[in-house]
Amino acid sequence: MKGNSVNIAFRNNIPARNNISANSKKIFIDSVLVGVVLLFALMFLFPFYWMVTGAFKIQMVAISIPPEWFPKAPTLDNIKLLAKVPSGRWFLNSLFISGATTLLVCITSAMAGYSLSKKEFPGRNIIFWMFVAVMTLPKQVILVPLFVMMRKMQLFDSFTGLILPAVGWPFGIFLMKQFTQTLPSELLQAAKIDGCNELQTFFKIVLPLVKPGIGALAIFTFMSSWNDYFWQLIMIKSTPMKTIPLGIAGMQEEYSTNYGLIMAGSTLASIPMIAVFLSFQKYFTRGITMGAVKG
Amino acid sequence: MQSQNGMLKFKKVLPGYLFLLPAMLFFLAFVLYPIFDAVILSMYKYNGVTKTFTGISNYVTLIKDDVFRRSLSNTVLMVLINVPVTLVVSLIISLIVFNKNEFIRSFTRAAFYLPAVSSIVTISIVWKWIYNPMFGILNYIVGIFGIEPVNWLGDKNFALLSLSAVLFTLSVGQPIILYIAALGNIPSTYIEAADIDGASAWVRITRIIWPLIKPTSLYIIVITTINSFQTFAIVQLLTSGGPSYRTSTIVFQLYQSAFWNDEYGLASAMGMILSLIVVIISVVQYKFLSNDVEY
Repeated sequence: MKGNSVNIAFRNNIPARNNISANSKKIFIDSVLVGVVLLFALMFLFPFYWMVTGAFKIQMVAISIPPEWFPKAPTLDNIKLLAKVPSGRWFLNSLFISGATTLLVCITSAMAGYSLSKKEFPGRNIIFWMFVAVMTLPKQVILVPLFVMMRKMQLFDSFTGLILPAVGWPFGIFLMKQFTQTLPSELLQAAKIDGCNELQTFFKIVLPLVKPGIGALAIFTFMSSWNDYFWQLIMIKSTPMKTIPLGIAGMQEEYSTNYGLIMAGSTLASIPMIAVFLSFQKYFTRGITMGAVKG
Repeated sequence: MQSQNGMLKFKKVLPGYLFLLPAMLFFLAFVLYPIFDAVILSMYKYNGVTKTFTGISNYVTLIKDDVFRRSLSNTVLMVLINVPVTLVVSLIISLIVFNKNEFIRSFTRAAFYLPAVSSIVTISIVWKWIYNPMFGILNYIVGIFGIEPVNWLGDKNFALLSLSAVLFTLSVGQPIILYIAALGNIPSTYIEAADIDGASAWVRITRIIWPLIKPTSLYIIVITTINSFQTFAIVQLLTSGGPSYRTSTIVFQLYQSAFWNDEYGLASAMGMILSLIVVIISVVQYKFLSNDVEY
C-alpha cells in the first residue's frame, strides 16, 4: 500500500512530504479499524471460550455470580460423568452417520457431476435446472412426507433412515458439476483416443483431477450431516441410537442447570467440526465460494 | 440401417445416463417424490393412521389460526432484522480486512465462521447459559454498566431480539468468506485509478467496489433470506416458541403440529406456505437486484 501511494504521489507531482503524513494517517485509521474487527471477532470466540472453560467447572462455580473467568480449581468430574450418559456411544454414532453419508454423497455426486458437465444427452439441462430449483426450497417441506415414508419402510429410529435422505439432496451434484466443468474436454478426448473406456476415463483421469472439489464437498457434507439437528430430532427416539448433538440437547433438559456437565457435552459435540474446520480452512473457503452461483 | 443408427446414438448417450443414475435414484426417492407427496398431503387430514381428503381446509385453518399468523410474522421479522444486519456487518468487516495480510484475513474468516461449523445445538446451549437471567454472564456484564438484569429469553420485548442475535452469529460467517474472496478478485488497478482521481473512501466503495461485488451481495441476500426463514433449532432449544408465542417460527410450528400433535396434513400445508414465500421472495430479489447488475 505504502509503495503504491508513493508512486502515485510521484506521478501526480504532489510533494512527497504531504503524502507521507496522509499516508501515515491512513495507516493509523486502518489499524484502528482492524483492531475493532479483531475485537469483534474475539466476542464471537467468547462463547467457545466460555463453553470449554465451563466444562471444567463444578456446578457451584458455573452458576456463581460474579463469574469465574477462568476455573480456579478445574475439575474432571463433568468429563467422567459424561462418559456414563453414554456420550461415547453418541459420538461414535455421529461419526458413523456423517461418515457414511459423506462417502455416499461424494461417490454419487462425483459421477453425476461428471455426467452433467462432460456428457451430452437429451434432457441434461432440464435435469440440472431441476436440481438447482429444488435447492431453493426449504428442506423442512419434505421432512414430513419423508418421516411418514420412513415409518412405513420401518426405518424409524435407524441409521439408514437418517442417511438415505441426506444422500438425495442435490447440493453435491451442483458443486461437482461446477468443478468438473473446469476440466479441459480435450483431456477426456485424449483419454478416449488412448483407448480408455468410460470407467477408466472416469476413475483414472477425471477423479484424480476433481479431488480438490471432492475434498470441499466431503467436508461440507460431513458438517451438514453432523449438524442436521431437525431430521435427527424427529427420526431418533431411543437413547443408544442418538447422535451427539441430539444426546446433548436431551441432556440439557434433564440436567437443566448443571452447566459444567452440559458444557463438557457441548465441547465434545463441537470439537470434531472445529478441528476439521481449522485444519481444512482452505477447503471450506473454496467450497463456499465455489457453491455460490455466479450472478 | 435406421435402427443401427439409433443403436449407435443410444450407445453414445448411455454412459451419461448411467453416471447420473445413482444420484438420480436417491434424488427421485428421497427428494422429488416427497415434494409431490407434501403437496398432496397438505390437502388431507392425516394423523398417521386415518387419512381423509379435506381439500384446502388445512390452508383455511392456518390462515385463520392466530398462532400460525403470529409465527409467520415472527419469522418475517427475524428475516427483516437478520438479512440487512448480516449483509452490512459482513461487508464492513470484509472491506476492512480484505487487503490486509493473510493472517488477519484467515483469523477473521475463522472466528466469524466458527459458530456456523460447530453444532447448532452447542451454540444454542451456550447462549442459553449466557442469557440465563440468574446465572448468565450477560446480565453480569450489563450490570457493570448499571443496567438492570434482563430476562433475555423470557421477556416478551427481548426474546425475539435475543434469538435474532444468535441467528446473526450463525449467519455472518459465510458472507464474510464470500465477500473477502470477491473483494480480493477486484483488480487493484481499478482501486488505484480511483486513488489517483482523489476519490474519497465512500465514493470508492459505492461507485467502484459495490457494482463489482453486486452478484456476491445478491447471492448473500438470497441465501441469508432462505436460511433465516428456516429458523428452527435455536427456537426449539432456547425458548420453545415462548413467551406466549413471541418467538415461535413457521418451522417450529410445523415441527409442533407434525411431531407433537400428529397433524401431518396441517404440517405439510405449513411447509407449502413456507416454500411459496421463500420461492417468491428469492425470485423477486433475483429480478430486482440482478436487473441493475448489468451496465
